Amino acid sequence: MTHLSAELVEKCKKVVELYPSKRSALIPLCHIAQGQNGWLTPEAIEDVASLVGVSPAEVRGTASFYDMFHLEPVGKHVIAMCTNIACMLAGAYELLEHAQEKLGVSPGGTTTDKEFTLEESECLAGCDKAPCIQVNHRFFGPMDNASFDTLLADLKSGKLADVVPPHGVLIRIDREHKRKVNYEAIDAERVEIDAAIKERKLKLEAANNATVGKDS
Amino acid sequence: MTEKLTNEETVTFTLNGEEKTAVKGELIIEACEKNGEFIPRFCYHPRMKPVGMCRMCLVEVSSPRGPSLQPSCYVEIQNGMEVNTQSDPVKKAQDGVLEYLLLNHPLDCPVCDKGGECPLQDQTLSYGPGESRFIEEKRHFLKPLKISSLVELDRERCIQCGRCIRFAKEISGEAEIDFAGRGEDTEVAIFPGKEFDSYFSLNTVQICPVGALTAVPYRFKSRPWDLEQIESTCQFCAVQCKLSVQSSQNEILRTLGIDSDAVNQSWLCDRGRFGFEAIYSSNRVNSPKIKKDGEFIDVSWPEAVEEVARALSVAKIANGPDSIGFIGGARLNNEGAYAFSKLAKGVIGTDNVDAQLSDGIDPNLIFGLRRATINDLDQAEIVVTLCGDLREELPVLFLRLRTLVANEALLLAEFSIGETPLSQYAAFRRSLVPGKVQNLLEELKDSFLSSFGRDDFEQKDGGIVFVVGNPGIGIDGLEIEHSIRALAKSFPNAKFLPALRRGNIFGALDMGLSPGLLPGRVTLKSHGSFFGDKWVCVPEKVGKNTKEMLQSVIDGTMDTLILLGSDPISDFPDKNLVLKAFEKAKNIICVESIMNESTKYAQVILPASMDHERAGTVTNLEGRVTHAGDKVTASGASFDDWVIASLISAELGDDLGFNSREDIGSEICSFAPAYRSTEKYFISGNDFGDGVVVPIAQVPVSIRARKSDPIEVPGLSSIERQGSPIRSGNSLPSSVAKVGSESQISFDNSMFDLNSTVSYKLLEEKRESSFYLVLEKSLYDNGTLLRESKSFENSARESYFKLNPVLLAELGVNEGDMITVSKESVKVKGRVVADSLVSVAVVVASWNQNSADSRELISLDNVNIVEVER
Ligand code: SF4
Ligand code: SF4
Ligand code: FES
Ligand code: FES
Repeated sequence: MTHLSAELVEKCKKVVELYPSKRSALIPLCHIAQGQNGWLTPEAIEDVASLVGVSPAEVRGTASFYDMFHLEPVGKHVIAMCTNIACMLAGAYELLEHAQEKLGVSPGGTTTDKEFTLEESECLAGCDKAPCIQVNHRFFGPMDNASFDTLLADLKSGKLADVVPPHGVLIRIDREHKRKVNYEAIDAERVEIDAAIKERKLKLEAANNATVGKDS
Repeated sequence: MTEKLTNEETVTFTLNGEEKTAVKGELIIEACEKNGEFIPRFCYHPRMKPVGMCRMCLVEVSSPRGPSLQPSCYVEIQNGMEVNTQSDPVKKAQDGVLEYLLLNHPLDCPVCDKGGECPLQDQTLSYGPGESRFIEEKRHFLKPLKISSLVELDRERCIQCGRCIRFAKEISGEAEIDFAGRGEDTEVAIFPGKEFDSYFSLNTVQICPVGALTAVPYRFKSRPWDLEQIESTCQFCAVQCKLSVQSSQNEILRTLGIDSDAVNQSWLCDRGRFGFEAIYSSNRVNSPKIKKDGEFIDVSWPEAVEEVARALSVAKIANGPDSIGFIGGARLNNEGAYAFSKLAKGVIGTDNVDAQLSDGIDPNLIFGLRRATINDLDQAEIVVTLCGDLREELPVLFLRLRTLVANEALLLAEFSIGETPLSQYAAFRRSLVPGKVQNLLEELKDSFLSSFGRDDFEQKDGGIVFVVGNPGIGIDGLEIEHSIRALAKSFPNAKFLPALRRGNIFGALDMGLSPGLLPGRVTLKSHGSFFGDKWVCVPEKVGKNTKEMLQSVIDGTMDTLILLGSDPISDFPDKNLVLKAFEKAKNIICVESIMNESTKYAQVILPASMDHERAGTVTNLEGRVTHAGDKVTASGASFDDWVIASLISAELGDDLGFNSREDIGSEICSFAPAYRSTEKYFISGNDFGDGVVVPIAQVPVSIRARKSDPIEVPGLSSIERQGSPIRSGNSLPSSVAKVGSESQISFDNSMFDLNSTVSYKLLEEKRESSFYLVLEKSLYDNGTLLRESKSFENSARESYFKLNPVLLAELGVNEGDMITVSKESVKVKGRVVADSLVSVAVVVASWNQNSADSRELISLDNVNIVEVER
């Protein structure tokens, strides 16, 4: 019995297939697993571990390195608020303060109704929309206090359900790959390239020698 | 080994301006060290892959763009390289790295276990800045964090060198700890709710360069400068790892693994490391005891020995020497085993002597095989295991084999009862079923060797090593022996590593503690007259093994048993047979250190000293003879085994002729053929680190300097620097090198005819609905030595049964449910464990674990067929 749904396990297995070594699928699988509960539950980590053939401690170790993985429960909507330079100049700190007041939590906290988790984040690469925020990895901006309040209301009422999935899922590796990396082809190509390089070298050398011969 | 070293390609490089040579492929740190320049380091460990994590080992190396700082533990030495370890940039880098490492490191050396033997302390003193500019708050953690019953973690002390984590991943293959977090929040972590559950966990404590990981049994026990140490040998299993035994005020407090290239390469298993605690058991036998009116009373040695001698003479006069039998001997060292062998065979004249408890392999077979060394595994192309789970039975041998197969250095074919930690790496594996083992040879040739394109291995089979032992109790030992003989005949150049597990079992067998054998791997038949001249007598005919002895006691042809440090009630497969025999026996005499189930039946108990209390030699599964020292004085009135044998013999009227263990050593070396020319090891044993493989001429004596990096084994060298020198050196005196050539060996293993056929009974076919029962051993069980060690007293698990998942589905039970396994009227309950590699015809049961005892279901006379119900 896995903690992850049968459907997700199937999806995971397909992703594992895409890599020459199982453990390379660790991070994509963590994303998929996080999609189920919004955070990486210990049970989900154990499932991922057995799917990629490493120990749960290793999966947890890897996941804990990245801010986008949550090892503690989060609200339905995770709001990441950028406070890097572009957003800061455009009023990110004021917005953050407003958000804290509005939600009644400080960065890292989750509202008691489990709707929202507020996070302070580094540059989201949405500087053109500064101050920029992400909700479950979907961009919104430029934001001000009013548009932030509207956003909260819309999220809560389900009006944005089409735009913002219940939990942030980044992974879209479900391309139907028929085969793994075609090593034979790569190797063959390499042989060709090597041969070509060698040939060129020889030619160059021959040319060089010819000139040297002429000089003396 | 020596040859190999000389053949290696060399490169020249300059070290601080001077020209030096190094072996090609070596890391800069190694090359510099060999040339006398120590480079400070934390994360580098010579037995693990380099990672370059701590940056302590930065040196300046020439490059096309001018000199640059490079981690010397990560970069290989190259021809013409200019290495500078003393320049200003290097000094500045060392300063900086140390200041940086100390930012978050607490200044709690006075209360830290590592204080006094701490690489961080030492290297900060030698290479550090002396002052820190850091005035902020250091990080804090909840401390200590108990990550297992044996290991505690103080995270704020960790310098993130990754040694512990790399050990768990790379060497033991159980990555139950890993770094979590990032940057300054990085910490070593277990998975929440899980333990660092490993038989090898304490190695991480030994290699941690700071006091972040500590051993629960040693924490706050002593300061390193108060410890005295000797080099010795672990005798808990037949691997016989080299270790340093450290004590304070005549009490052993810890042991550390020594880097013996040939054997344990610095690792120990946890059991071996703290198993010495049994010495301090409250059930220690501290004085001779005689049973009077059902109660044991303490008596003096002369009284007890007189009683024993009286019982033996009465038995001998009344029913002949064959009415006396000796069981056990694997706990003895070679000197003790030789003395008892001489007492039994050469004075009393009985050949009813068996160090094995009917769960091993016939020594006549073992002695006939071409014996492999552990290092032969490194050279092997193919290793075939036909034995129990090595992690459970010979832990550090498992580490060696696991690292090799995990690195794809060899192909592994596994024949086992069920899943083992090696199964996942096996190129080929088969599950064994009692009665069907003989098909193995065909399987091996037809399915394995041919499918890997190795059909020619029959001619060129030098690259195969077979690891052979008893895969589980319930498979007829004779059947296994039959298969091993067949393998030996088919692969005449292959080598064999016998996998018997008891401590000094190979020493005991070599000293003749087995029916039909005499000391030095010779038989009664071949050397009876030789020993007859030297000893008072030799037995007239080949005697009985343990099982036969017990049966003879029951049918009245034997009446006196001497138990040599063995507890058949808990250790013999067929418990009922033992109980019946013990009830019937007239005399049971125990030579024992700790009270156990069997001592209850004794008339006399003679207290024997334990490992680390007695000096002598021991022999491991390769046939390697090493020295095992005495660090503390023996408890109470205990004597060494050889003294006890001498006392009994003297009382019987025949002096064994030994005044010291050296006397025995010289007698072994002159009488026992396989031990010729080993005097140096027996008599001045202390100076010969890795010992020697006997018989000497067969395996060239390899000399390889011990690695003596102070950080590799924190403790050893640090302590050495502070006084109290370790008694044995790191390198062998040059005289030893010649030993091999000067010997004339009269030992010849061809006297053990591999062609002699053994017959074993074919199994009766079991019914569809029943199963063959096989018992498997675990490292941790309720054996006396473990139960009496404080750290392991609760290590036994609940009894279990392993079944194939297909059967679970059929029976409608889940993993973790209770099932009942029965044979006739005997019913035993246990938890279900699913194991998809166990054959559907077999049920595997645990051995000597808590609650139910599966041995109730085993009888050695019958095929063990059982029924299973919910
Ligand atoms: S606990 Fe010790 S061995 Fe492990 S990473 Fe930290 S300092 Fe290194
Ligand atoms: S493997 Fe055997 S010899 Fe080595 S430490 Fe463990 S019990 Fe002792
Ligand atoms: S600085 Fe805010 S998104 Fe780049
Ligand atoms: S980086 Fe070389 S010893 Fe750590």
